[in-house]
Amino acid sequence: MTAQTDPQGTSWWRRNQMRAAPWLFLAPGIAFFALYVIIPIFQSFQISLYRWDGLGEARYIGLDNYDQLLDDAAFYTSLMNNVKWLVLYLLAIPGGLFIALFLNQQVRGIRLYKSLFFFPFVISQVVVGLVFAWFYNPSIGLLNPVLDLFGLGPMNVLGNPSTVTYGIIAAGLWPQIAYCMILYLTGLNAVDPDQVEAARLDGAKGLKMLWYVILPQLRPATFIAVVVTVIGALRSFDMISVMTNGGPFGSSRVLAYYMFEVSLSEYGFRMGYGAAIAVVLFLIMLVYIAFFLWRMWREEREG
Amino acid sequence: MQSIFKGVAAGLAMTTLLAGAASAELGGDLRIFFDDQNPAPKAAIEGTVERFQAMHPDMNIELTLIDREANKTQIRNYLTANAPDINGWYAGNRMRPYVEAGLFEDVSDLWDGQLGEELASTRAAMTIDGKQWGVPYTYYQWGIYYRQDIYEELGLTPATTWEEEKANCQVILDSGRKCYTIGTRFLWTAGGWFDYLNLRTNGYDFHMALTAGEIPWTDQRVRDTFANWRELLDMGAFIDDHTAYSWQEAQPFMVNGEAAAYLMGNFVVAPMREAGLTDDQLGFYQFPEITPGIPMAEDAPTDTLHIPAQAENKENARAFLRYMASAENQGIVNETLGQLPVNRNATVPDDKFIQAGFELLSNAEGGIAQFFDRDASAEMASAGMQGFQEFMVLPDNLDAILDRLEQVRQRLNAE
Repeated sequence: MTAQTDPQGTSWWRRNQMRAAPWLFLAPGIAFFALYVIIPIFQSFQISLYRWDGLGEARYIGLDNYDQLLDDAAFYTSLMNNVKWLVLYLLAIPGGLFIALFLNQQVRGIRLYKSLFFFPFVISQVVVGLVFAWFYNPSIGLLNPVLDLFGLGPMNVLGNPSTVTYGIIAAGLWPQIAYCMILYLTGLNAVDPDQVEAARLDGAKGLKMLWYVILPQLRPATFIAVVVTVIGALRSFDMISVMTNGGPFGSSRVLAYYMFEVSLSEYGFRMGYGAAIAVVLFLIMLVYIAFFLWRMWREEREG
Repeated sequence: MQSIFKGVAAGLAMTTLLAGAASAELGGDLRIFFDDQNPAPKAAIEGTVERFQAMHPDMNIELTLIDREANKTQIRNYLTANAPDINGWYAGNRMRPYVEAGLFEDVSDLWDGQLGEELASTRAAMTIDGKQWGVPYTYYQWGIYYRQDIYEELGLTPATTWEEEKANCQVILDSGRKCYTIGTRFLWTAGGWFDYLNLRTNGYDFHMALTAGEIPWTDQRVRDTFANWRELLDMGAFIDDHTAYSWQEAQPFMVNGEAAAYLMGNFVVAPMREAGLTDDQLGFYQFPEITPGIPMAEDAPTDTLHIPAQAENKENARAFLRYMASAENQGIVNETLGQLPVNRNATVPDDKFIQAGFELLSNAEGGIAQFFDRDASAEMASAGMQGFQEFMVLPDNLDAILDRLEQVRQRLNAE
């Protein structure tokens, strides 16, 4: 470590270990984060400037891939679906809150009920997708007999371009609501009983109690729920892949799936184009990530 | 990754003398990646390896079975890193990306002489830039599989012309059934319909030029094909909600008698029989003529074996391909597969549908196409089949669909 001699007999290490130690501990993490996250981001930027089939020679074409994106109807469909996912997926938060409030009581066997409600989050997304695909199946699925009971016509949810994305989002909400529920349940444990008591003495109850007393105390839980839900919405790849393969005729694709389809799927040989989609998706996420980091930083400072 | 053959040979050495006479015994290693884990193909390749091992007892053969769908994406990895000596793939344009990237070995030498003559029917499909890049081991016909008993009940006979086909369909519809079952969730089944409608409307040469990207998708002749398709769509000939089903999920409609026919490859016969249809109930007929006088062409996808350019034991691999393509082995393999041997000297299995297919393809004067997604380039195939599915659901979108396909074609041609 140190070759220089110094009069006090203290080495470089001794003098600097307080400052060096955190970096040493961070080093493996930083190295792998750089190797698997940071560097690939720049590689994606670079590949997006080329025409490359993943096998032969890559040819530099400047911004042509981005130019084509602007004319690509499939790109706009995917973008629009991403927006639908982002907005509708947030329904998991009030849904989870509602169930958590409902389950936050002392009844015999409440732990069992809680675990049953949490169950869908434990199953793999792929399995959830499969189960819902069967549920929606127009010839053998449960959905149509149920609709029939209410006198509603048969539906081909996953085969109809105008309903397919909503069908997949509904499937995605099932585990996501369970996740938000568990976040709120733990949050409710931390709610201060004295405050509730005081509010009650002041005559607060029902929705007012919820809005002015409980919810402010649940803010940390709400923040985490928003974060995981937005992330969940943006990485909604697996369910689409399992339930529809992006179909019918591409109407349920999101950007992540479209990127996979053009570059890595059975007929996908356009690495450059896929990379360009990835860059656009990255830039969209960057807005959100920046907001998230800014809030974290602000709270740290206030804290 | 399933089975490894090491020295299985010992007990089987007796069958060798017949076929082994031509080549000397070889030693060393041979690694085979075969792209099918289904029971029949698995038995077929394992049988071939056993017989080949018996001819070359000192060879260390390692057989790896890869899932058919997984192979379609894994091939890029294993051809570029740690390549096997032999891998399974498909004929036609489907092999072009790998040929052009220099990842397949030129095996034209195997096609010189007698073997090449025996395999002549697929020479064109295996040729890119005047060279051959693999050998075929099986192919199968496409056509209309139909419920004979329903046809008899309604007093129908299989159509030979488009007018008859539509008239039959109307009778079937009037009896409360659908004419055709189909599941377009994975798109390619719609490609089969387009292939046949286009082959019958415009003929083989037009179809091949279109899939090769030489003809605009907005051409009037392409519109004619879609107009014929639209006649069936307007009648309500296809089952409802087909976008939700895979080709397997579409079978019960035919088995239950809710639909009378299925345009499909011969691989549909085995599951239909398993589902309980007897050979008296299940029939087969050629897709009927549409434009009179156009020679009948057929779809007959060919499955193939190739030698990766980076293979380490190319001599052994060549010996294996030569054996795989031989008349003797193709007879045995296709008996197991329930499909057609490519080698014209091989015995054709004694089965109603295979014999019908043999008859059909031997008389295919128009020519033999591979399949839409093997004749067209990967991107064109993907965009095309999505367009076909959209057309089947929203036929009024035809103009937008054709414009989009034309856009893809022009971009591909420009690249």
